[in-house]
Amino acid sequence: MEKPLTGHIREDLRPLTLKEYEKVGGYQSLKKILKGMTPQAVQAVVKDSNLRGRGGAGFPTGMKWSFVPLDAPKPKYLIVNADEMEPGTFKDRLLLESAPHQLIEGMIVSAYAIQADQSFVFLRWAYKVAAQNITKAIQEAYEAGYLGKNILGSGFNLDMHLHTGVGRYMCGEETALLNSLEGKRATPRAKPPFPQISGLFGKPTIVNNVETLSCIPHIINNGAEWFKKLSLTDDAGTKLYGVSGKVKKPGLWELPMGVTMRELLEKYAGGMQDGLKFRGALPGGASTDFMVEEHLDVKMDYPSVAAVGSRLGTGTMIVLDDKTSVVGFVKNLIHFFAQESCGFCTPCREGLPWIEKVLHAIDLKEGKKGDIEMLEAHTKLLGPGMTFCALAPGAMEPLQSAIKYFRKDFEKYIKDLHEQKSGVRTTVTA
Amino acid sequence: MLTAEEIKEIDEAIHVVPYKQAACIEALKVVQNHRKWVSDESLKEVAAYMEMTIDELDSVATFYNMIFRKPVGRHVILVCDSISCWVMGYESLRDELTKKLGIKLGETSADNRFTMLPNPCLGTCDCAPAMMIGNDLYRNITLDQLDDILKKYE
Repeated sequence: MEKPLTGHIREDLRPLTLKEYEKVGGYQSLKKILKGMTPQAVQAVVKDSNLRGRGGAGFPTGMKWSFVPLDAPKPKYLIVNADEMEPGTFKDRLLLESAPHQLIEGMIVSAYAIQADQSFVFLRWAYKVAAQNITKAIQEAYEAGYLGKNILGSGFNLDMHLHTGVGRYMCGEETALLNSLEGKRATPRAKPPFPQISGLFGKPTIVNNVETLSCIPHIINNGAEWFKKLSLTDDAGTKLYGVSGKVKKPGLWELPMGVTMRELLEKYAGGMQDGLKFRGALPGGASTDFMVEEHLDVKMDYPSVAAVGSRLGTGTMIVLDDKTSVVGFVKNLIHFFAQESCGFCTPCREGLPWIEKVLHAIDLKEGKKGDIEMLEAHTKLLGPGMTFCALAPGAMEPLQSAIKYFRKDFEKYIKDLHEQKSGVRTTVTA
Repeated sequence: MLTAEEIKEIDEAIHVVPYKQAACIEALKVVQNHRKWVSDESLKEVAAYMEMTIDELDSVATFYNMIFRKPVGRHVILVCDSISCWVMGYESLRDELTKKLGIKLGETSADNRFTMLPNPCLGTCDCAPAMMIGNDLYRNITLDQLDDILKKYE
């Protein structure tokens, strides 16, 4: 089984030095494009490869790049979103800590494809080891002439800077990330204009995920057809899949795109811990809908997961077992989203704390008649199209699917469900 | 007064961006790095240097949870309270820390040794529960390890 992204990572996870990385084929894709590929040709290969953004939304990478006007005056920016903070997601950490040169190579090639001359790594503050390793790798790349002015004599220039954040989930939202890099509060921007036209400091900008950009060198070296063949389905490439929760062997694996949830759970994660049963899982981070037992044989790619009403998201699944409270589980997720809401738009700022309070009451067995219906109404009121960005709609995904699949778990904590005539909540404590 | 060293570091950050104010988060980080937290006085100094109003800078400073606008202890414990850690025992970890240190989330111990804060997902969910103390990450924590871990921080 081919593992282009992680195959060269050492057992002890120490990153390769530049010299070591070059020995396993590092920076070949950069040499290849600078020797005789136009930016358009690089874009065409990536488009043909069917690479889709690995940050969670799954937008085709080649198409995203194609909206950047190649002839626009400089500066133009390429940014890697390394602000991994989706609860339950721990995939980019590995690539950042243990394969920094692969990411940098992917960034240089991608910057060339959109003719960017400035690049930033927007790194989460908590990733201290990654910060050290990336700093060292950027320095090595400058010394080798892979970054800076006139890279390898080609006339192409690119600077790269590491920016470490200061917290807040919102920074992972593309336009909020740009605001944060500009020294502002991380609130989302109106689209259009899209960042490809008016991004960082009003200049054309591409923001891509770590795993996405780490795929680029391999696609350039081996071609679009090779990349497609790595996958078991129509979605191309390999994918970093993870499993956390009460399974025997939680972990992270690079596997062909399209393995089933059952394989991940049973073959790789070793099945549930003794004495526990699988009830469901969020397939790709906190903001994805639950999948349940009937979905275990679903292929974990973008369209297959979407077909059963969820999203592949980040591909790192969080398992819910039969001894863990469903209401507590969802309350924890909503607490996170309520806390991380930037407060910019009303449904999100006001709706999420209210939902959290009601879930808290239900969790304390003090739910009232009508609470579940109220929660259901909120999944629409905070749903797609009702808010400024995707944070609140994302938060509604686990809630709406939990009520759909585990309604009895909510109902059993509603007091006097069938007798109560009218229930107006006067006090709620959270 | 900003020290010469602080000014040098802030200037380095300003150098990377097209205009000064874009580096204000970096400037807050520099000051916090040297002074442990950002007091009203520090905020005033940074605002003046960045040619921003105090309110403008404070609106940025208070948005980000890793800029401390209140004093913290010598070591900041960040306990992950997100979903995978919650499933794997965050609550008992938090309660045990409270028992050992005599502080709840958001509090600083009387001897100023530790501040304990809740923190969203630390991105190490296959090794839950997790926490950070300063720059150090601890994973797969069992309660019987806590004494040995805490001992390292005086």
